[in-house]
Amino acid sequence: MDKYKSDIKPEKEDHHESRRDFLKTSSILTAIAVAPATVAKAAEYNLGEKISAAFETTPVNLTVNGVKKQLAVEPRSTLLDVLREQLDLTGTKKGCDYGQCGACTVHVNGQRVLSCLSLAVMQEGKQVTTIEGLAKGDELHPMQKAFIKHDGFQCGYCTPGQIMSGIACINEGHADSKEDIKEFMSGNICRCGAYPNIVKAIQEVKNGGQRS
Amino acid sequence: MNEAFFDKKEYKPLDRVDGRLKVTGAAKYSAEYALPNMAYGVLVGSRIAKGTIKSIDSKAAERAPGVLAVISHLNVIKIPGYAARGVHPSEPPTGGQPLRVFYDNKVYSNDQPIAIVVATSLEKAQYGASLVKVQYDQQEHQTDFEANAKNAVIAAAAKKNPKSPTADYDRGQTDAFETAPFRIEAEYVLPTEMHNPMELQAITAHWEADDRLTIYDKVQGTKTTQKTFAKEWDVPEQNVKVIATFVGGAFGNGLHSWPHESAAIIAAKQVKRPVKVVLTREQMFTMVGYRPRTWQKIQMGAAKDGKLVAINHHSIGQTSTYEEFTETTLMQTRMMYASPNVSTRYRLLPLNVATPIWMRGPGEATGAFALESAMDEMAHAIGMDPIEFRLANYTETDPDKNMPWSTKYMRECYEEGKKRIGWENRKLKPGSVRDGEWLVGYGMGTGTFGANRGPATVKAELDLEGNLVMHCAITDIGPGTATAMVQVASNTTGIAPEKITFHLGSSEFPNAGLQGGSSTVNSVGPAVQAACNALKEQLITMAAAKSGPDFGAAKPDDIMFEKGEIQLSGKSSAKLKLSDLFKQNNIQKIEATQESKPSENGKKYSMNAFSMHFAMVHVHPFTGQVRVKKIVCCADAGTIVSPKTAESQMIGGATGGIGMALTEDAVMDHRFGRYVTKDFGDYHVPVHADVPDIDVYFVNKPDLLADPVGSKGLGEIAIIGVAPAIANAVFNATGKRVRHLPITPDKLLGL
Repeated sequence: MDKYKSDIKPEKEDHHESRRDFLKTSSILTAIAVAPATVAKAAEYNLGEKISAAFETTPVNLTVNGVKKQLAVEPRSTLLDVLREQLDLTGTKKGCDYGQCGACTVHVNGQRVLSCLSLAVMQEGKQVTTIEGLAKGDELHPMQKAFIKHDGFQCGYCTPGQIMSGIACINEGHADSKEDIKEFMSGNICRCGAYPNIVKAIQEVKNGGQRS
Repeated sequence: MNEAFFDKKEYKPLDRVDGRLKVTGAAKYSAEYALPNMAYGVLVGSRIAKGTIKSIDSKAAERAPGVLAVISHLNVIKIPGYAARGVHPSEPPTGGQPLRVFYDNKVYSNDQPIAIVVATSLEKAQYGASLVKVQYDQQEHQTDFEANAKNAVIAAAAKKNPKSPTADYDRGQTDAFETAPFRIEAEYVLPTEMHNPMELQAITAHWEADDRLTIYDKVQGTKTTQKTFAKEWDVPEQNVKVIATFVGGAFGNGLHSWPHESAAIIAAKQVKRPVKVVLTREQMFTMVGYRPRTWQKIQMGAAKDGKLVAINHHSIGQTSTYEEFTETTLMQTRMMYASPNVSTRYRLLPLNVATPIWMRGPGEATGAFALESAMDEMAHAIGMDPIEFRLANYTETDPDKNMPWSTKYMRECYEEGKKRIGWENRKLKPGSVRDGEWLVGYGMGTGTFGANRGPATVKAELDLEGNLVMHCAITDIGPGTATAMVQVASNTTGIAPEKITFHLGSSEFPNAGLQGGSSTVNSVGPAVQAACNALKEQLITMAAAKSGPDFGAAKPDDIMFEKGEIQLSGKSSAKLKLSDLFKQNNIQKIEATQESKPSENGKKYSMNAFSMHFAMVHVHPFTGQVRVKKIVCCADAGTIVSPKTAESQMIGGATGGIGMALTEDAVMDHRFGRYVTKDFGDYHVPVHADVPDIDVYFVNKPDLLADPVGSKGLGEIAIIGVAPAIANAVFNATGKRVRHLPITPDKLLGL
């Protein structure tokens, strides 16, 4: 993790603010819980969306790809679904929703995390990096370049997760040998079978000593 | 076309042209189009495998926040296509009728979609779906293959047509096996396997007007899908737009239209909003097809010199009760080896399960496991090297069709593969090579698949700056279609690849078939060539008018583009600047649309791609663990248009073969008719640690009888023959023959 050189400066966290908001929201939720018919009625009048937007969400402040976001999320929403459905950051992929395939891998505070097993509300104050946040403008991250060079993908669906994991794998010190890479990348499934080329890409970035 | 397709100039293998989009997350798959006012659909599946729905209590779901509708057969709007024909309007894979979702109260398989909950967010739809309560009148179901195998039937297609590939087949004497000097008889079982592409099947359906539908859908054919849903809704074809710009793997499960697609379209119509449906991983096991469980029996007879005397090959494949899914499991047995006597029998077993669908190397991969295992067993019985045994039965013509091969370079593959895998280290006697405590074995398996080609049309436009832009409705499920087509166009025109763009994956573009059956490069490639040559002809006409006789006599093959100039080969003085020519004619661009169709050569030649896979394995004598240490894949697939992506395709096929051989097994609990393996935790596909270095060799000789590009197709032969290569290597390592895949450690205990 300490090898992770991020240009993203952490924002000053304000837990009090968010806790206050949470309490406010949850007390309203309690009010709704005792009068469910009201909500049902509202839903019938097609007000369901507005009701839920206002009363069923919890505020979360987090930084995504260097941009501070103030979000209102449902407590049950995963980080993956919030990224894809709410922020339209669809580069992070859903492949199983059970933490078994790795397609949803993102970095949270520099460490690889399965976003399908992470609730969005628990990311308060954290820094999330997705595949969309790797390139610096037009300049691709060395891992992205290496994936293209070694053809480390076919359909491309597992690719964002492989790349995010590959970078983390080097930072964790798990890329010293081909065997190590294969072991520590085994949580990222590629059904097209690009594995040997993915390993080559990670080895090249590792040996190149490039920014990762 | 010209023999010198690839001699025109040396070229560096292209990086994938859509690579940048894929590594930056910018490539959009079918669930990734954010439409205004979009709603989310979650499917409710049946909890029984056979019976009828007694009641659906959707009150709680309807009352849940954000839920817009709960749709089932009880309240579905009229689907014009259902009523008009009494059958589902989409084409069945090979027979029967596809499921009509929400049509009536009948349940044909467990987890059949019986309702869809539509809500304003994914979470709300998921919660709503959990509240739907269904009661059934359950009937006794049959899902156990072994218990029902006696009920297998001949395929309807075979009954109708004795020449159908699934019809009974006899060549020579049917009793020749009985008197052969060497005989083996064995049964082989391939379990149900799941395509399990990484992208979950997804569709976003949007009715842009009452009679105008746009779908972003995970499919392998945009035009076939367009036809299906135009028929289903009784609207003109051009009113249905199918977008599949990126497809996150499919391996065959995008070749059919499935109930969840109809459900999303129905829901979008009923709630009057765009609706997105993304299947769960569990639903990927029950709603979008699979490779059917198949039992096979082979009787093989041979003489002492290794000449085959007879092969009798029987198979039974599983299908559903409402669709008849057949595949060409037994074709390889009919044509691969020079056996004078061959009999095949293909049967189907309808069970209370969902319909299977072609999965990579369909049929052939299943058949090759049995045939190539049996070849290894026979070589062992005679005491011959398995490669020598195959060479003793090598055939220079197709013994099934009685036709010459268009091309066949298998001998080269045997030689190269032997060298690369280190075959000389293999011992005839199993269990006699060790590396430390590991047993070491070598095996090989052969694959073949028809060089199928269909019609395709490409539109090409060239602007005055020399940019070439092409359009075609073909999809790309991962092999690198656009990359290969840019390469074909570059070779045909001389235009640098970075100035060429190939757009695909939309029904709005000129016609192409499915991306399936290894038929893309050899179908679309010739259309790219034809369109590029049509552009050249227009330029020649324009150039002849302005610049005299040199260009007037030219043929398309004579001219190439270099740095924005048109050059006439052999006449270095005959040059024209493209921009000048366009300006003189007062035009910004020229365009040409060309169709390319299969020739008549298929009536005179047997056209096939061939592969040969070699495996070296380690087997642990105490734990039974199998580690694949090396794989060599040799392919005689004609011209290799895009070497880099083609190599990846072969590596991917070999990886799929490792799964087939060692781990993949969809296990059903027959008490419920439901899979207990329903995610990647239980259904094991190969991961990084399972896959060794894979060495790929291409013969790379064009087959110009097959098509003008000379390509014979690659996707299927990449996997066909891999599983038996590994099974044969395990036998060579241990002396234990595993005939029931996958080769899990329990089957190797007691070594």
